[in-house]
Amino acid sequence: MDFALSSDQLEIRDLALKFARNEMIPHAQEYDEHGKFPAEIFKKAWELGLINSCIPAEYGGSGFSGVDGVIIGEALAYGCMGMNTSFMANDLALLPIVIGGSDAQKKKFLTPFTEQFKIASFCLTEPENGSDASGIKTQIKDGGDHWIINGDKMWITNAGFADLFVVYGTIDSSLKHKGISAVVVEGKTPGIELGKKEDKMGHRSSDTRGVKFNNVKVPKENMLGKPGEGWAIAMSTLDHSRPLVASSALGGAQRAMDLSIQYSKERIQFGVPIAKHQAVQFMIAEMGMKIEAARLLVHKAAWLCDQGKKNTEVASYAKAFASDSCMQITTDAVQIYGGYGYSREYPVEKLMRDAKLIQIYEGTSQIQRLVMARELLK
Amino acid sequence: MNIFVCVKQVPDTETKIIPTSDGSFIETASIKWIMNPYDEYAVEQALLIKTSNPAANVTVVRLGSVKDTEALRTAMAMGADDAALIEAPDNLDSYSIAKALKGAIDKSGKKPDLIFTGKQAIDDDALQVPQILAEMFNFPSVSVIVGFEQSGTTIKVKREVEGGALEVYEVSTPVVLAANKGLNTPRYASLPGIMKAKKKPMLQYSLGDVGVSDADRRVKYSGFKLPPEKPPGKKFDATDAAKQKEVVAQVVGLLRTEAKVI
Repeated sequence: MDFALSSDQLEIRDLALKFARNEMIPHAQEYDEHGKFPAEIFKKAWELGLINSCIPAEYGGSGFSGVDGVIIGEALAYGCMGMNTSFMANDLALLPIVIGGSDAQKKKFLTPFTEQFKIASFCLTEPENGSDASGIKTQIKDGGDHWIINGDKMWITNAGFADLFVVYGTIDSSLKHKGISAVVVEGKTPGIELGKKEDKMGHRSSDTRGVKFNNVKVPKENMLGKPGEGWAIAMSTLDHSRPLVASSALGGAQRAMDLSIQYSKERIQFGVPIAKHQAVQFMIAEMGMKIEAARLLVHKAAWLCDQGKKNTEVASYAKAFASDSCMQITTDAVQIYGGYGYSREYPVEKLMRDAKLIQIYEGTSQIQRLVMARELLK
Repeated sequence: MNIFVCVKQVPDTETKIIPTSDGSFIETASIKWIMNPYDEYAVEQALLIKTSNPAANVTVVRLGSVKDTEALRTAMAMGADDAALIEAPDNLDSYSIAKALKGAIDKSGKKPDLIFTGKQAIDDDALQVPQILAEMFNFPSVSVIVGFEQSGTTIKVKREVEGGALEVYEVSTPVVLAANKGLNTPRYASLPGIMKAKKKPMLQYSLGDVGVSDADRRVKYSGFKLPPEKPPGKKFDATDAAKQKEVVAQVVGLLRTEAKVI
């Protein structure tokens, strides 16, 4: 048993952290305030090989493992959880192709992402179907030599900039799970109607919109797997992506702790740095304990996936524990900063706003517990 | 065109420096090494030249312990073609370092057109190696450069001087140029670059291979000590106008007797 990262992984982490410190942190506040999409930073990260870590080497990707992916994810989220949501959405959208795509589909859709900077969107959630994803209403109808898609999608990350969408719909809603299918839709396809950019509490730099598909025609060969295999692909995608989302919470939590440690050594109250007060020490100790435990869970969830072992249960532990911990840690960071923490001039209130979303998206903390219980009570 | 870049590996700026118990050097066991930041500008300039002149060959040379090869691998991951490492103690003096670097460059069999270095290393701040190296080669040298323009064998460099003014030099190759911050923006080593760099070969020499012996040492370190801790500053309250004369006399007195600055 070995808990150490390999020398490659240490170098990957160092580069990603250097990028987070130099290119993300100095701009995070401005992008948050103006809700500006971080296109240039995204592209720069892509040029360095920090984006699309899920693309296998045989299709031009870096061939990173899931563990490598969460190491990068944690470091980039350390820079900004909001920007990292945009970055991570590429992996989330490309994973269904990696998991359920044919060799020809992988060559056609994945390889261009390694040759050029491109953005992808994952379209599962609908206005009336969030946690209950199996109830999706978007219709995928057989139009002879093509599929015709009709329906509304909601909370779609990167939608306003997407070169490619992976869309889940049903070929027959009476079939429930068994009717769900996934198709790849190129961004320029006629009939795609973008909603307005959502004005969110946190992750304000990431572009989130509703997307309407009005008689959108896509070639027959764009369906991933067979009709009705979409649900299995979506569930497997989530097993792969939950450790990644959890790593984002971990990065945000680590940043909140680093800032708390730094500030508590500088801020003097009652004649001593507040780090000397046990009340503050306990909060910091709690942060360290939770981060260490969350990191072990995140790495294990990704490692299980790399070993080809079922990780559903551990991935849910990792996602719920890391995001709930991140919420607590960022809240305590604001507490340690006191009045300054509540001001937008200091970095911690943004972390607290950003933390909240990670408890919600990619399966809420409550859904994760349902998944855990289902696995445990089998 | 053959370009050489001499790089040094220095402790990360956040390192807590601890002298060894015998005072001969600093504890190196737990140090995280990085490429000397000024050397990053030197590597970047060489790579920029290579971009416009793909036939150019960029070799990075480093002297020091072989346990970590961070600086050379970073340079190769950024895009340097070749690397040479001279195994040596980390506390060698400037003269021996320059002689060893020259020895390694000569051994490469490639006639240098341009040799870049950082203007200084941020660990010992000796600021001597580029000038000694140039003398040994009998090449011109310009240090603290912040601008570089090349046309054929003529090179125009800008050099920063006191007060923010710039001196402009025209030099001909071969030349030794020592880079300052502002010369360019060093690129990141990309992840594919880092992975590729691991497979690139690295030449390795001993000090003897490059013609350096103990007799070349001009400086021996006799002791490493941390600077004494700064005593806390003194505050004088002169808000009461009646007491100002007295306080000023007290401050002036202390500046004379204690700080000994006037």
